[in-house]
Order: sequence, then C-alpha cells, then structure tokens
Amino acid sequence: MKANLLLEDGTMFEGINIGSGGETIGEVVFNTSMIGYQEILTDPSYYEQIVVMTYPEIGNYGVNSVDVESDRIQASGLIVKEYVDYYCNWRAEGSLQDYLKESNIVGMEGIDTRQLTRHVRQKGSMKGIISTETDNKSELKKRLDRYPSIINRDLVKDVTCDAPYIYNPDRGDYKSVVVVVDFGIKRGILKCLDWEGFKLIVVPASSGAGEIMKYNPDGILLSNGPGDPSAIEYAAETIKELIGRRPVFGICMGHQLLAAALGAKSYKLKFGHHGGNHPVENLETGKVEITSQNHGFAVSRESLEGIKDTGYEITHVNLNDNTIEGLQYKDIDAYTIQFHPEGKPGPHDSGYVFNKFIRLIEDFKKND
Amino acid sequence: MPRRKDLKKILLIGSGPIVIGQACEFDYSGTQACKVLKEEGYQVVLVNSNPATIMTDPEFADKTYIEPLTPEFVEKIIKRERPDALLPALGGQTGLNMAAALSNMGVLEKYGVELIGVDIDVINRAEDREQFKESMDRIGLYVPPSSYAHSLKEALNFSRKLKFPLVVRPSFTLGGLGGGVAFNKEEFVDIVTSGFDISPKSEVLIEKSVAGWKEIELEMMRDKNDNVIVICSIENFDPMGVHTGDSICAAPAQTLTYKEYQNIRDASIKIMREVGINAGGSNIQFAVNPKNGKVAVIELNPRVSRSSALASKATGYPIAKIATKLAVGHTLDEIPNDITRKTPACFEPSIDYVVVKFPRWTFEKFPGADSNLTTRMKSVGETLAIGRTFKEALQKSIRSLEIDRYGLGSDGENYLNKKLMGKKLSVPNQDRIFYIKYAFEKGMSIEKVSKYTKIDPWFLNNIKQLVEFEKSLKKYNLGNVTGDVIHKAKVHGYSDRQIAHLLKGSEGEVRALRKKMKVAATFKTVDTCAGEFEAYTPYYYSTYENENETVSSDKKRIIILGGGPNRIGQGIEFDYCCVHASFALHDEGFETIMINCNPETVSTDYDTSDRLYFEPITFEDVMNIVEAEKPYGVIVQFGGQTPLKLALKLKDAGVNILGTSPDSIDLAEDRKRFGLMLKKLNIPQADSGTAMDVDKAKKIAKRIGYPVLVRPSYVLGGRAMNIVYNEESLVDYVKNAAVVSYDKPILIDKFLERAIEVDVDAIYDGEELFIGGIMEHIEEAGVHSGDSACVIPPFTLSREVIEKIKDYTYRMAKKLEVRGLMNIQYAIKDSVVHVLEANPRASRTVPFVSKSIGVPLAKIASLVMTSKKLKDIKFKKVDSTSINYYSIKEAILPFNRFPGVDTILGPEMKSTGEVMGIDSSFGVAFAKTQISTNHMFPTSGSVFISVNDKDKDAIITIASKLSGLGFKIITTEGTGNLLEKKGIKCDRVLKIREGRPNVLDMIKNGEIDLIINTPEGSVARSDGYYLRTAAVLHNVPSTTTMSGASAVVQGIEEMKNNFKARVKPIQEY
Repeated sequence: MKANLLLEDGTMFEGINIGSGGETIGEVVFNTSMIGYQEILTDPSYYEQIVVMTYPEIGNYGVNSVDVESDRIQASGLIVKEYVDYYCNWRAEGSLQDYLKESNIVGMEGIDTRQLTRHVRQKGSMKGIISTETDNKSELKKRLDRYPSIINRDLVKDVTCDAPYIYNPDRGDYKSVVVVVDFGIKRGILKCLDWEGFKLIVVPASSGAGEIMKYNPDGILLSNGPGDPSAIEYAAETIKELIGRRPVFGICMGHQLLAAALGAKSYKLKFGHHGGNHPVENLETGKVEITSQNHGFAVSRESLEGIKDTGYEITHVNLNDNTIEGLQYKDIDAYTIQFHPEGKPGPHDSGYVFNKFIRLIEDFKKND
Repeated sequence: MPRRKDLKKILLIGSGPIVIGQACEFDYSGTQACKVLKEEGYQVVLVNSNPATIMTDPEFADKTYIEPLTPEFVEKIIKRERPDALLPALGGQTGLNMAAALSNMGVLEKYGVELIGVDIDVINRAEDREQFKESMDRIGLYVPPSSYAHSLKEALNFSRKLKFPLVVRPSFTLGGLGGGVAFNKEEFVDIVTSGFDISPKSEVLIEKSVAGWKEIELEMMRDKNDNVIVICSIENFDPMGVHTGDSICAAPAQTLTYKEYQNIRDASIKIMREVGINAGGSNIQFAVNPKNGKVAVIELNPRVSRSSALASKATGYPIAKIATKLAVGHTLDEIPNDITRKTPACFEPSIDYVVVKFPRWTFEKFPGADSNLTTRMKSVGETLAIGRTFKEALQKSIRSLEIDRYGLGSDGENYLNKKLMGKKLSVPNQDRIFYIKYAFEKGMSIEKVSKYTKIDPWFLNNIKQLVEFEKSLKKYNLGNVTGDVIHKAKVHGYSDRQIAHLLKGSEGEVRALRKKMKVAATFKTVDTCAGEFEAYTPYYYSTYENENETVSSDKKRIIILGGGPNRIGQGIEFDYCCVHASFALHDEGFETIMINCNPETVSTDYDTSDRLYFEPITFEDVMNIVEAEKPYGVIVQFGGQTPLKLALKLKDAGVNILGTSPDSIDLAEDRKRFGLMLKKLNIPQADSGTAMDVDKAKKIAKRIGYPVLVRPSYVLGGRAMNIVYNEESLVDYVKNAAVVSYDKPILIDKFLERAIEVDVDAIYDGEELFIGGIMEHIEEAGVHSGDSACVIPPFTLSREVIEKIKDYTYRMAKKLEVRGLMNIQYAIKDSVVHVLEANPRASRTVPFVSKSIGVPLAKIASLVMTSKKLKDIKFKKVDSTSINYYSIKEAILPFNRFPGVDTILGPEMKSTGEVMGIDSSFGVAFAKTQISTNHMFPTSGSVFISVNDKDKDAIITIASKLSGLGFKIITTEGTGNLLEKKGIKCDRVLKIREGRPNVLDMIKNGEIDLIINTPEGSVARSDGYYLRTAAVLHNVPSTTTMSGASAVVQGIEEMKNNFKARVKPIQEY
C-alpha cells in the first residue's frame, strides 16, 4: 500500500505503508540514533511527532516487551528508508511492523529520508501528514492546515499518568523518597532513580504543590515531556510554590519548566536535538559527555539574564550549538539537565547526575 | 589545551613494507600524522623502509629515512637526529613493537626520547595476555579463558581443562600468523607444534574458542582529559572463527539492540580507562553470544589499525589525524570537525548509510595453498562500499573487488557446484557468499543456512531477499520492464551488467533503457552527522534516491581513476601515483576528482582531492560520475590495470582520456601490432607469436624454439605467466590459460635464458623524453619484475648498452605517442638489448625511482598529460645512471602465510610489497634491503649449496668466496664433488630422498644459516621444494637464483669488512 507524506511547506514524498495504514499528523522531526527505534517510539516526549530515523535500515532486531519507555507507542508516526521485514535477536518477541499495526500507528518506508532530513534541517521542523488514504495534495494540505501547531499546546495532559502511583512498590529499603512529577516520563529515568535507591512516587503533571508536599518527599523530580513548556503554565505555578522547600532535579522539560518558574524563557530550536551523539561539556569538570537528546525547545541565555538573582549557574553546554544543557541553582537546591542522562537510547556518560541527586538530598537534610 | 611546546622534533615510525596483515592503511595513517605534525609546527623525522608510500615523500617530513625498521637502525637515527619524542602508534604493530624494543634496550632513556600517544605500560597491558586478562578481571569483563604454553605437554594439559574447539595463537606474530582453531586433539597438536616454530619466543596462547559468536568491533578515542568517544561500530558478517581481516564487515553494527550496544560501549570506555590509553585511538574486539547476549572481550589494539582506516572512511572521521593531535597534547573538544566545521571532533559520528568491507584474496597466485579461512589472515587487500542499504553496499563491495564479478552473482559467471554446497557453507572460504546465495536459489531456508554458516540470519535474509527479487525481475524482459522495477533493482545494488544478464540483454541496452526511464544514480555526502549539520567536505557515494547532493563548479575538473583493492600485482605504488597526480593537478588549478574503493589508501582520504567518490571502478560506476561531474578529462594511466582496462570503453562513450591515447595503449598491449612496430623501428625483440588455440601455439613454439614464455594478454603482475620448456607443458598451459582470459589470445615469446633484465621508467611529452630510472634487476629475466630486486644505477651494464636503452626508449615513446609515463622492460643477452614489453602507463617502480633520484615522476607526468611540456616544468633532470650512490628495491614475499606453497620465483608475481635500501655502497644498500625484508643474511656459519647443472659454473666463484669469508659449506653429493675438484672444502649431507639425517633435519635443527638452491626443473614436490618451504618456516635466508646469490655474497663481504651501516635521510642524497 502506498503512503504519502505532505509537509507544511507543500513538499510531498511518496512511500510505502509499513504501519497500520490510515492517517496521522504531527511535527516531523529526525532522530540520528542508529539503534534504539523501540525506545524512541515509546518515549512520551515524541508524542504528537512523526519521527524520521536517519539510519536507513530499521526493524533489524525486532521489538520486545522490555525495551519500552512507556506502555505504548507515543510517536504519531514513523518514517524510515527501508523497513527490514526480518528481525533477529535473542530477545526479540515480534516484528516492528506488527508492533506498529497493533498500536495503530502509521508508518512509511521507501522515501529518501536523507533528503527529508536535510529539508527539515534547512527549513526547520514543521507539521506533516502521512496518509495511506489519499494522495490528493490539496485535500491533505487542508487537513494539515486545520491541525494545530505544537506551539502553545499542552501535550503533557495526554501523556501524564492518571493517578499517583508508586514505582517498583516491591522494593524494600530505600534511601529517600522522591516525588516524580510526570510530564510524560520515560521509564529509563525511573529505572535509574530506582537503581540509585530512591522510593519513587509518581504523580500526574497537574498535581498541585500541596498534593506533592503531602507525601513529604525528600526530593522532587521534574520529568521530561513533550511539546512546548510555555503551554503548561499550571506546572510552572506548582513548581514556583515548591522552590526552596525541597531539592529539585529536572530533566528535559523539567529543566525548561524550572527555568520558566524562575522567570526565564524557552525558545523553539530550528529543528531540535534528537539523537544519541551530542557532545555536552560539563563545565564543572571540563569533560565532554556524549549524550542522548530529545528536545525541540531550549532555555534562552538572554532570558537568564533576567533571573540573575536566582544565583543560577550554567553547568552544561552543547558543543555543537552552544545551547544550555544544564543549570544549577545553588540557593534553592535545584539542578536541571536538558539532555537525557538515562540514554535509552543513547550513551550512559552522564549517569552521575542521578547520583548527584542523592548527595543534594542528603546535604539538604543535614542543613535543614 | 594547546599543543605541547616542550617538544620540537618528533620521530615517526612507519610500518614498513606491505605484507598480509599490514597493508597501506598505515601509509594513510602515517601520512595524516606527518601532515598534522608539520601543521602544528614540529620538525618531523620519519623512518620507513617502504618507498612506495606517500609518507616517505620528501616533502612530508623534514628528514625522511628510508632505512630498515630494526631497533639498531632506529637507534642510529635517534643518535643522529636526537628527537624529543617518538610517536609509534600510527605505524601499526611494527611501530608498537619498535617502541617496546627501543624502550627495553634502554635507547629511549639513553637519548631522552619520550614516547607519545601510547606508553610502554599501555602496550604491555594490551599485548600481554596475562596482564590484559587481569585488567579485564578488575573491571568485571569476561575474557575467554586462556593460557600460555611453551611445550606440547603444557599445551595438552591445558586442552584437557577446556573443551574443544580451542584457538591457538603463536605469540608476537602478526595477523594471526601460524594460528588456527583446533576442533580435536590431532589438529591441536599440529597447530601448537608449528606455532612453537613460528613464534619468535616459542610460545603459543591457547584460548577457549568462541567461534560462531557475533564479532563486533568498536573504534575508540580517548584524550588526556578522559574524554572518550566511539567513532564507529563494526559487525562482522562472518562470525568469530574467521580473522577479521578475512571477514566481510558491515558498519555500523546491524543486529544489536540499543541495550546490547550500550553494554559494549560502556565496556569499551571502561577498557580504555583501565588500560590507560589517554592520547589516541584504539580498536576493541568483542564476541557476543547470539543465544544470550553474553559479551566476551577478545582483544585491544592500542593504536591505529586496519579497522580504524575502515572506520575513518566509513564515517568521515579522520582517526589518524585526530590521534596525532591528541598525542601532542590537544583534547578532543578543541579540535574542530573538518566536515561540519562548526561542531567539535568530540562527538560520535552518526551515519545514514550502510558500509560493507569485502576482503580481496589472491589464492590463484598460490596453487596448493589452503584456501579455507581461519584465524590466520590470508587476504591481501579489501574494498569498501557505501550504500543506503546493506544489500546495495554488499553488491557494490563485490563489484569493486576486481575479480570480474559485477555484484553478488547473476552476472553470467557460474562455477558453483551443488555437491560442494554443504562444505562450502560450513567451512569459511572465499566463495562462501556466492554459495549462500546459491543455497537460497536451491530453496534452502535461512535457518538451515545459518546452521551451516553460523552467520546471523539477519545478514542471510538480505541475500535471500536478493534471490527473491531476482525471481520477480526475471519475469520481465527489456521490452516490458518498468522504470519502477529497474529502480528497485538499482536500489538493491544491481549493476547494469547483472540486470542485463537477468533480462537477457546487454549492458549497453540496460544503460540506454535506464537513461530513457530516468533511473539515474544520485550522490550523497558522507558527513559524519547523518545530515544534522551542513557538510563542507565533498566526499560522495552513489545510490538511487531522490536528491542529488553534488554541487557544480566552474573550475576545470579532472577525474583520476584509482587502483581498487590491493592485490598481488597491484599495490600501493599505484595509489601513490594517483595521489601525486591529484596533488599536482590541484596545484595547477584544476579541480581533482578521485574515484576509488580501497579504504586503506591515501587516495580515499577526503582531503587528498577536491572531491572524493568512494565507488567501484567499473565502466558503469565511472560513467555515472562522469555524467554528474562533466569533467574536462579522465586519467586512467596511474591506477594500474583496473582503470586502464576501461580506457577504450570510456573513450568510445565520449570521455576525454588524458595522456597517451587508448589506441596507443592498445598498440602496446597487442603483441602483434607491437611486434610490427618494433620491426619497423628496427628494435630487437625476442621471437614471439600470438595463438588462439593449441595447434597454433605448438607451431609458434616450434618455430621460435623452447623454452618459451607464455601468458594471456592484458594482465598485470604476470598473472598466469609461465616459462614452458616442452610441448607437453605448453599444451597443458594453453588449455588452462583459456580460463584466465577467454576473449584474449595467448602470447608466446622466446624465453631468453640468463639474460639481464632492465626496467625503465620514462616520461615523454611529444618532444622531449625524460628517463627517470634505468633499473638493473638482480634476478635474471624470467623472474617477474615485481618480485626481483632492482638497482639504480645499473651496476653491470656497459655505456653502450645504456645508450642503446635510452635510444630505444625514446623511439618507442615517440612512435607510441606517449603523453605521460611509460615503462619498458628490456632483456640484455650478450650485449643485445631486447624489448620484453612496453607499457604506456605508470608502473610499480615509479615511487621507487622517484625516491631514488628525488624527482616526483608522477606529478610531472600528470602535468604532461594536461599538455604541459617538460621544458616548462621545473625539476632537476637527474641522470639515474650516473648517481654516486646505490638505491635498491627488494620484494616482500608472503610465503609464510601459505605453508606448503613453493617459494620459487618465476614470471608470475607473488610479492605483496617492497622495501628500499640506499647507501653509497652496493653491498650495504643490498644488505639494508635484506634486513628490511627480515632476511638478514649471516656473516658466519654454515651455508647449504645445491644447484642445478646450468648453474654449476657460476656457483664456483660464489662458493669459493663464501669459504674465504669463513663459511662452512655444506652440499649434496653432486655439487660437493664439483666444488672439491676446484679446491673448495665442503661437508656432505644427504638429499631428502637419500635417507636421514638429511638436509631437512639440519634446517629444522638450526644448523644451516643460509641456503643457495636453484630449482631442478619442473619436478613438483622435489627436494628443492621441501627445502625452500622449510627455509620459510624456519626463517632461514635462502636464494633461488645465481645472480641473487652473488648479490648476497657481495653484501656479506661488505658487511664483514666495513659494515658501518650509516643512516642518511633521502633529503641529503
């Protein structure tokens, strides 16, 4: 079955359907990770996005029930150069194609994904529609135009948990209790925190400060999540109330939300950072860490000027484009990281940031 | 951090001659290192015995020593130059071994030389198995259990503890030399015993085999600030059990999930830290159990390697260059990425294509060699291909091989045998991939093929898909096939030749149809970042996609066709010429475009030419680029036979071939036309004829008289060339040679016995001739020129003969209308100069001559090809016959890789590489070449002499000299009687067939230090054969020609009398 992709700027690509068939709309972003398609598809930060894998052969090792970052495919579509209809791996439980079909996800193969990637790089990320139903350009364009932009939309509400829950309830002893505010958290982050010895209480993004403090946590984690951080003002409000009361660690959207709560702003990157090979310099050690990245927005340097009184420090910088990748706010016992220290998929070079949370919490307890 | 300012002068070690296991990848790495060090403002001192390298070009280092790579010689250089530091890690295992030896000898300490890039502790931790195992234990990584053994008993004891199969690796050998996998006790005893012989320390490592596991390699870099990155992952198509140099490889790894890959990545970072590599690159090999993901660390190379050359070309990340920068104090984050310019070199390349490396074997050169693939590397070169899918890259890599295949089968070639299928699948061999396809054609399942081959089903499925696609393609013919179907075929990597075969048409018809259907190749950029950033480096590969990324320019462009994979007969020398042409033409204002598919070379560095196309060198692939680039002209005469073969076809397609016209090339190749030309010019040539069949051949041979030299036309490296002494052998030959080249006739020449062979390299511009070198061979005519040692200046030729050679060369160049380089081989017999052959193209000896006389022949020739006149080019017109020093080239033979193969030299070339010795004395220069080829002849001891009747006269002088030098002479009965008659005292020993103890026992017991043995005719498996093969195994220097023997004697004489072995950089000659 044929599948067509139409971009917001009118560019059209013709390919072959590999998913459920039908139609899907999302922001088209490319990911340069060569491995890890299952983690990427299930990462809630890809919600409402159509992911283009730049590596041309996808599906090689199938899918399994372990390598997931949430309980379902979150991306709204998948575009690859060649879908490999034969998988082989000792952990594989099924094919990527069946997985897409069962999850009702539209996917396509057989297009010049490098051309598409270069197009997005040059023109910036934009909306796209994949359809197996029609190749009528004007019809597709109509549907695409009707669809709202990712900017200023609250996507978090669709991916956060419905009710609070305890992660790994069976764990015995723990060092501290952390409330995780779920803006669309990846399981990998929970696993890393769990491994560090935290008891994790995951709460919906809409939880108020009072609700969160009810758990009397030792620390608060602001998770990653999809879309525009400025669209979820309620979260920024909650965070404002929490500032200084408990140590806070933010990852990805959590990083942007804390900055927003303190008065800084985020801006949309031209085509975002999506991949597993970005060099980030840790300004405290001078060392470079290869990082996993997935974000379309970044905290603006200029806007930080306005919040000088918070005593913020830039701790991490992306060496490719000099964007901010980490911030530390000593006065309020908080630090945030823009990239994904848990990898999934991607390197583990920055795993120390999870351990840092333990020390921050312990110091906070001592001084309290 | 800025570069180190405390260092001023740095000594760089090259890797020496091309051998199996260590090829021109170290010219690529060494050249990059030289460039970087010079750019950084250091004085560079380079030592390398291999003249055919770019790095030994005088302009790449301040002082270039073409001297033997032994600790003694390097010490002399250190003493003379007093460098501050030694950089060994770019010179392969040779470099590391040298560093270790110099350190152990106390040389580095004595002269205050600092090792940079890698230190001795790191080398030891990586190379010493026990230390390596301890290190891995400390960081919790699994290494297959292993143990060293120094005796068979020790080995057997260990084998009882572990289950078979076991891997045996002799210590301190290269490329798995002498090693193997033993599946039972009998094999085990065999391999261990011969392993003790081969290992210089009589030591073998016995290791639990993980044969059948996935083989994964990671290319790593780490700087002094502990920044660690992975450049590339490589997965072998052939699982563990086949040497990685003999494995088909894919990059990036194809069958690992994120979790498994990160597991290996984490392990690699730990290993880099634990072993302590802190200023350079490393290659780490892992085995992964496909059943449960268990990871075993196999080995670590703390240096730039063949795999890093592959990884560099596969990703666009210049590992050798960056490694050099790290060695002089830079850190990864401050080095910019050349390709994106804006981003730093401290990142991990992401690629959006698939790379396949395919090994190139030359078993046809070594009849009788075991052609199964094991842990002992046997390939002599490799190709690399880039495609958007594995299938496309695989097919391109095969058609790059220069084996007359145009992809994975379906090209009209069919020699597969169903009866052999099971064995060909289960025992790795060079045809296995074709048998895999064959098995699918015969309906075998993926599971079954995987069971036989242990190859990951994912790879196999790709081949099965090709089989299925072909089935659907074959339903069409040229008349009804659609553009979509043709496009699909191209996406799968099919060449026009294959499509033509499958659709029952011709290549030309498919090409025409394709053009009509607008199915054209597009070109994509290798950019290190999968399109995320803009790339500034024009490094392209072809594929069949939507978007074409080549950019136009208004400069005049010249395409230079490279030489393809290294193989015997066509090596680094041709790459040297191509690179020189590119440099010279770029400086002349042209935009140079290189096409090549050999990842080991300097020509495939993205900064050698203005544009690089990593592509097969076939008519189709070249034409695709010609159509995209619209060049002013194409150069075919520098890349050896590969591009030369395309000359006529390209010309017919309207391409402007620069330099000598394809018609002249054909005139020189066509014996009949060439013979007529010589007759007209009144230049003597050995009697000859051209035959298409047996009867004609017999007639010709009878007319000109035996012995005759026979060969197919259009070959390089003397492929299938032979000297035939009687009619019976002639008939045999003609029948077999037909397989070699069916559409070309067989050439029959009168063989001039005991003639002196001379090689000439010259440049002609239409008016003026410049003779670069007249080289006199040490071995007599009949030994392929690539295998024989040759000397500049000629050392026995009279002035008269030399003048005659010059005259003939000039007249032939004029008649052939040569524009550029030309190589002529002469045979001089009784002062008559005969022409053996003339080749209007760059020859193997161009780099040697250029280094010997200090004139860059290839550069000058490339300018001549663009119509410049010699008189307008500034260079010193050195007369090679009147220089006051000797420069000698000696061949490196790979016999130790092929146990059991006869080492006798003949018209078929067998050497893989060459070394050069230069000195004011002939004897010392020759001695230097012998030291460099690791055949250091003795200055005392016993020499065994056994020669055939023809050589009985010549041997007397040689034996008497040796006896006078204090050698004990040992001979067989016949030779002994002769020598004693002349008053030379000798001991007798039994011939092999006469009983025991015989000469073989003496060799095995180390009682013989030198062997002079000339063959007794064509008796296969004669005494001589056993003698020569034993000599190779026990590394006893041996010579099989009289002229070689006299050179050896002269060398021994001078070494004994006044061997001071001075070292001197070529810049000072």
